[in-house]
Amino acid sequence: MTYEAVIGIETHVELLTRSKMFCGCPTDFGAEPNTNVCPVCLGLPGALPVPNEQAIEWTMSLGLALECVIAPHSVFHRKNYFYADLPKNYQISQFDLPLCTGGHLDVDAGDGPRRVGITRVHLEEDTGKSTHLGGSGRIHDASGALIDFNRSGIPLMEVVTDPDMRTPEEARAYAQELRAIVLALGISDARLEEGSLRFDANVSLRPAGTDTLGTKVEVKNMNSLRSVQRALAFEIERQARVLDSGQPVAQETRHWDEAAGRTESGRSKEESSDYRYFTEPDLVPLVVAPGLLDRLHAGIPELPAARRARYVAVGLEEAAARTLVAGGLAELFDDAVAVGASPRAAANWLTGEITGHLNRTGIEPEALPIDGARLAELLAMVDAAEISATAAKDVLAGVLAGEGSPREVAAGRDLLQISDAGALSAAVDDVLTAHPDEAARIRGGEGRLVGFLVGKVMKATSGKADPKAVDALIRDRTGS
Amino acid sequence: MDPADLSIAEAGTRLRAGDLRSVDLLTAVRRRASMTEAILHAYLTIDYDGAMAAAEAADAALTRGEDWGPLHGIPIALKDNLVTRGLETTCSSRILSGWIPPYSATVVERLRRGGAVVVGKTNLDEFAMGSSTENSAYGPTRNPWDPDRVPGGSSGGSAASVAVGSAFAALGSDTGGSIRQPAALCGVVGMKPTYGLVSRYGLIAFASSLDQIGPITRTVADAVTVFEAIAGHDPSDATSYRGAYPDPRADLDLGVAGLRIGVVRELSHDGIEPGVAAAFQATLDALAADGAAISELSLPSTEYALSAYYLIAPAECSANLARFDGVRYGLRLPGESVEQMMSASRRDGFGPEVTRRILLGTYALSAGYYDAFYGQAQKVRTLVIEDFKRAYAEVDVLVIPTSPTTAFAVGAKTADPLSMYLSDVCTIPSNLSGDPAISVPVGLDEAGLPVGFQVLAPALGEAMMFRVAAAVERLAGLDARPAMATSEGAA
Repeated sequence: MTYEAVIGIETHVELLTRSKMFCGCPTDFGAEPNTNVCPVCLGLPGALPVPNEQAIEWTMSLGLALECVIAPHSVFHRKNYFYADLPKNYQISQFDLPLCTGGHLDVDAGDGPRRVGITRVHLEEDTGKSTHLGGSGRIHDASGALIDFNRSGIPLMEVVTDPDMRTPEEARAYAQELRAIVLALGISDARLEEGSLRFDANVSLRPAGTDTLGTKVEVKNMNSLRSVQRALAFEIERQARVLDSGQPVAQETRHWDEAAGRTESGRSKEESSDYRYFTEPDLVPLVVAPGLLDRLHAGIPELPAARRARYVAVGLEEAAARTLVAGGLAELFDDAVAVGASPRAAANWLTGEITGHLNRTGIEPEALPIDGARLAELLAMVDAAEISATAAKDVLAGVLAGEGSPREVAAGRDLLQISDAGALSAAVDDVLTAHPDEAARIRGGEGRLVGFLVGKVMKATSGKADPKAVDALIRDRTGS
Repeated sequence: MDPADLSIAEAGTRLRAGDLRSVDLLTAVRRRASMTEAILHAYLTIDYDGAMAAAEAADAALTRGEDWGPLHGIPIALKDNLVTRGLETTCSSRILSGWIPPYSATVVERLRRGGAVVVGKTNLDEFAMGSSTENSAYGPTRNPWDPDRVPGGSSGGSAASVAVGSAFAALGSDTGGSIRQPAALCGVVGMKPTYGLVSRYGLIAFASSLDQIGPITRTVADAVTVFEAIAGHDPSDATSYRGAYPDPRADLDLGVAGLRIGVVRELSHDGIEPGVAAAFQATLDALAADGAAISELSLPSTEYALSAYYLIAPAECSANLARFDGVRYGLRLPGESVEQMMSASRRDGFGPEVTRRILLGTYALSAGYYDAFYGQAQKVRTLVIEDFKRAYAEVDVLVIPTSPTTAFAVGAKTADPLSMYLSDVCTIPSNLSGDPAISVPVGLDEAGLPVGFQVLAPALGEAMMFRVAAAVERLAGLDARPAMATSEGAA
């Protein structure tokens, strides 16, 4: 049978606020375990939460970016469940009055645009992090556990979609676009591998052409955009096989194993959880102050979709525009163009050599030792034939290695083209003298030999001559 | 006069006159404790070393001419559900046995900054759940007026210590009457502030939307002094009130002439013991004679307040007490898995009343029961608030007995939780509404046990409430002390 997949995604975004959601502890990643903690985020008796205003505003900003309705009155709830890394054994979260509801995000996986509904965006606190000792590292065969509460209380934004996606590619496109928006807003570092951005997907199958909903499976542990796509592709195929064999799909949580390339069953939920939500009595309702939404609206930067559209309008390919925006290179691009670089040339260098450099070195775009002005300078030197296209790559490598500006690198590495007309004519004359036969044959009409002599001049000048200028000089001398 | 019998105001005057030092006050308090503690068990922890250092520092400061305020050098006791850095804090529970907090409650910091000398931590019903201080994992506190009777609860240790002079004042916490009811049963003043006026940061939560910290003292004026020292906005408590409110001391001597005083019909007749009713009526008569206009009015929703309270408070407590799981602090019993460890630690760590309320609250919040229980209770709470608002459109304060009975015998109600819960019928409505209330001792019943008279005011109406309470205190003119607090009693 042919099936259609129905996919919804829940995304947890750790916000990049300086302090935690309900206390003043710092949020920096990688600190010694249990050093960024205080009575509040350790759940000590008597401690009380105080909400982080920045986190609330950022959540509203994302809501605005996703065209959600921002609740004029919003409430925190307690979500009750016992778990060793949840210090209060309840999580302060939101329930029926979240900060944002009813938005949407348009994505395009290459088969035309699809509008993905955003059910809600809400704010909660993160849990501590358990490390299970012994066995496979999973809880069921562990001999002990260590808990690091540094993560406990870090603001966590949850973005829930409607079940609007139909293919793994769309799911990936959604994940990528949401990540790009979060990065554009500057509210999270959105690193999947460090867990500051976490995607969980709910996926079910139904016979193509019907609109029933099948039993859904929750897929977790997808630690890259690629694994979102791979895990869902695997899961859709797995469910199709189960259904084809006449079995029902079990409602369960499955973990994606990237190395094995498969999802594996977690412990199936023995009973549906009852979180006994009730209003958090230690906090007061959030009421949007007059003027706040206008201020937040005004602070929203150009969003990825608008930026891509602007790039396509100045002549970039859709794919190049996408790479610039998703790769964190758009600022560099805009800066270079602002000081006169040609958009297409700048985009070529950024999506080619520079992206390659980022991938090889793993550094962040912000850490690149090149800015828009230097990129523009490099392109201008190529345009003015001060360096050859080949030499330009070496110049860029030098700039990226921290050797200075393109002009400094070109001089330092002796890559400047011979632009001095006298020096160039001398080199051409030398070659003509050294190859009298070929010169004569060119004069006799064998124009195809010009290239041969150009090559000789290039060799003699160690590639620093401008081949076009050499070509013109030889033709001039030989009257061809 | 033994310095232990002085009011804070009197002791302060004599400290500043140089007649007495803070260490003398502490020594007097210590002597009183040594006379009474073997019977009373008001304290769980006494920190004389720490207190002596604080008293000496206070004396040195006064000698230098530094005055830290009206509590400078005054020995004060703290209910053991207020966290104190470096000083064991147990909530009278086995589950927190041996826990030394790394921080102090905001109120404790404020008292210390104001020069108060912390004597120790007082006994309570485990996690403040109870009305007799019998639900303590470390043994009950007895009533100073009759050791065969309970001191009330849950702040029974605080009330008893103030009554016998083993502290000049104490802090308690009041979720459903836990300051006012033991104050009434021990013959002292107990006050619950408007919700939000005193920071709850560092108060080990029972029911967060109802809990308030307040003073227990021997006089109304002392209650004002302690209240002023602990009240005020605290950025560490998101429910803390930011605005201004009338000066609570300003009207203390104005009397009641011309005030409109309302008696709540539903809470002043049915189930009120004759001895309590007589003392209550005598006070009303005195107030009327002094020029107050007394009327009776009806607050029908208060009949449901007790039921609503016993859904809301357990619901909140079921979540508040979830953190006691053996993982990070307190009692930990062995288990094959984390779940078993948590489960065993909680089963052994909590006493029966706490367990009962956690179970009640868990059910009240469960899917399928939420609307019928917790949801309904919240509606009743709204009705109570509206009833009070309507009443305060007609009168300046409301008055009712604090407790339907005087102190009852130890063990009399432990077998029947519902009869115990009824002890709080007159105090719970103010917790649901969040309004301030105070209990003032006005007389003794035929058995020689104290009777408390309760004054209720609208939110932020502390000034009016203290004004009436001070008048009640003057009119009652009660000058009785428990026998064990006198040198004859000790002999």
